Amino acid sequence: MRPFGVVNGRAAVMAQANVDTDQIIPARFLRKPRGGGYGQFLFADIRAEPGFPLRGGEVVLVGGRNFGCGSSREGAVYALMDAGVRCVIAPSFGDIFAGNAAKNGLLTIAMPVEGFVAGDMTVDLPGQVIRAANVETRFAIDPFRKRCLVEGLDDIGLTLEHTAAIAAHEAAVPGWARPRS
Amino acid sequence: MKQPRTLFEKVWNPHVIVARDDGACLLWIDRHIVHEGSFHGFGMLDHDGRKVHRPDLTFALADHYVPSRPAFARDAEAEGLIATLRDNARRHGLAHFDVGDPRQGIVHVAGPEQGLTLPGTTLVCGDSHTSTHGAFGALAFGIGASEVAHVLATQTLWQRRPRTMRILVRGKPHPHVAAKDMILAIIALTGAGGAVGHVVEYAGPAIMALSMEGRMTICNMSVEAGARAGMVAPDETTFAWLAGRRYAPAEVPDDWRDLASDAGAAFDRELVLDAAEVAPMVTWGTSPQAAIPVTGVVPDGDAAALAYMGLAAGTPIAGTKVDRVFIGSCTNARLPDLRAAADVLRGRRAVVPGLVVAGSMAVKRQAEAEGLASVFIDAGMAWGEPGCSMCVGMNGDLVAPGERCASTSNRNFVGRQGPGARTHLMSPAMAAAAAVTGAITDVRRLA
Repeated sequence: MRPFGVVNGRAAVMAQANVDTDQIIPARFLRKPRGGGYGQFLFADIRAEPGFPLRGGEVVLVGGRNFGCGSSREGAVYALMDAGVRCVIAPSFGDIFAGNAAKNGLLTIAMPVEGFVAGDMTVDLPGQVIRAANVETRFAIDPFRKRCLVEGLDDIGLTLEHTAAIAAHEAAVPGWARPRS
Repeated sequence: MKQPRTLFEKVWNPHVIVARDDGACLLWIDRHIVHEGSFHGFGMLDHDGRKVHRPDLTFALADHYVPSRPAFARDAEAEGLIATLRDNARRHGLAHFDVGDPRQGIVHVAGPEQGLTLPGTTLVCGDSHTSTHGAFGALAFGIGASEVAHVLATQTLWQRRPRTMRILVRGKPHPHVAAKDMILAIIALTGAGGAVGHVVEYAGPAIMALSMEGRMTICNMSVEAGARAGMVAPDETTFAWLAGRRYAPAEVPDDWRDLASDAGAAFDRELVLDAAEVAPMVTWGTSPQAAIPVTGVVPDGDAAALAYMGLAAGTPIAGTKVDRVFIGSCTNARLPDLRAAADVLRGRRAVVPGLVVAGSMAVKRQAEAEGLASVFIDAGMAWGEPGCSMCVGMNGDLVAPGERCASTSNRNFVGRQGPGARTHLMSPAMAAAAAVTGAITDVRRLA
């Protein structure tokens, strides 16, 4: 996973609540192989609408409440990442979307978004600071998630450090919890 | 004295393998179900040269891309994904319920039928509606592709302990008020993001009086309130339903009888609802929270949703003309759902095109044996092969741009059933009423 340090570039603002993953990437594109690049599918059915805030080249997306709700499709994260978005800031996120983002190096920051406007922005994850033209603010993040993002850690590799504990747990699973043979 | 514990805690605690100081917990996963869309997860596994750690706990089912009407135009790409799942299952030694197999169906319909979903277990699948399985007192939730790869490789998952919320549903619903109406009323109350970060336990007499199928409908849509998972305490209804299922234990384990939340157990949040006050519900907008009683009027305030849906604020929702009807999906394609729809359609004709898709091969066969399929066909509706179908349109079952669909599915998002499609969510009986009148109709006036 690509480590996340300090990113800076243009931020777009998409303020409406409940932007779901069906909008971020419509279902018909989920059949496409990962290698083909998912950026072209980002907001495919709504990006041509007048006033649509993303014009291409944005690095930060400022969203509304419950951003990324709905389907578990990781393609929503691939589409954002492949289009160059490295960070989404919103008051809250769909749980599965936020988990998928962390696994792919997309930083999600849950915080109030009043005061953020479209324009240049710097997101410093190690320092937990956001800087924009008229805003400088600290943000909170789950420490485990931060470490994985900053170090670009392979999740599975990390888990395999606990192989002995997993094996001990596995041996103690009650018989009824196993599929009847 | 022991601290009173919730159902959630009784399932979560024994599954924690490692609890880190920073709050991350490594959880043991008892069951993992994969479908055609899981190809990304298998791809990651292959890329890293890893194997499936526990093939005996991993099951493969084809559902998202299965054609509901195989005689129609073939879709080579979709067939390729179904074949890829077949290949992955074979390479990794997984039990696979393929297209045409009598055990095949939507993961959240066929999985429980096979006894894969058990009280007190953890179950995950790369699909957000995995919350359905919580109806059995399992902790079940949807995961993304990277997490699918993680579970395949390790049979574990890193999770942060969620908060808990109890939704108590008191009273007795009107006979034509279904589980779907109750959950739509709940989501209207909480909002689409109202339960983010929480596991919801549904409790109270109106919930415990529901069949397992009704409880599955309720838990299924937990994710539409933003919840990580939904759960219902297992009881005699649960045990009776599971008896004799292929992969379920032959006897009820003692552990299952101790899963219900203890008296005095503390929840982070509580919500109370009276089932007697719930009317048949229908959505007017582009989020499941936009649900109103069928007797209500379209509210003002969301101009974008009104424009997309082609509705004017202040008009009664009943009487809104629909162009087609879909009865199916992991929310509402089980036998009681099809019986409720058939009760309305029996002896009547659908005046708009309709598609009825059973949730599994088992449901389809039983519906045919009971004569339900004949009711749908006699009414002029199409009777499809089991799968996700028009809920998400991945198999080509799409609603045309601008068309309005009365649907028993779970999401009315912009473009969900196809670009420009307008979805109204409702119960199977309400969808059947819309089919025979060609408009959104209060089923209580028709029945």
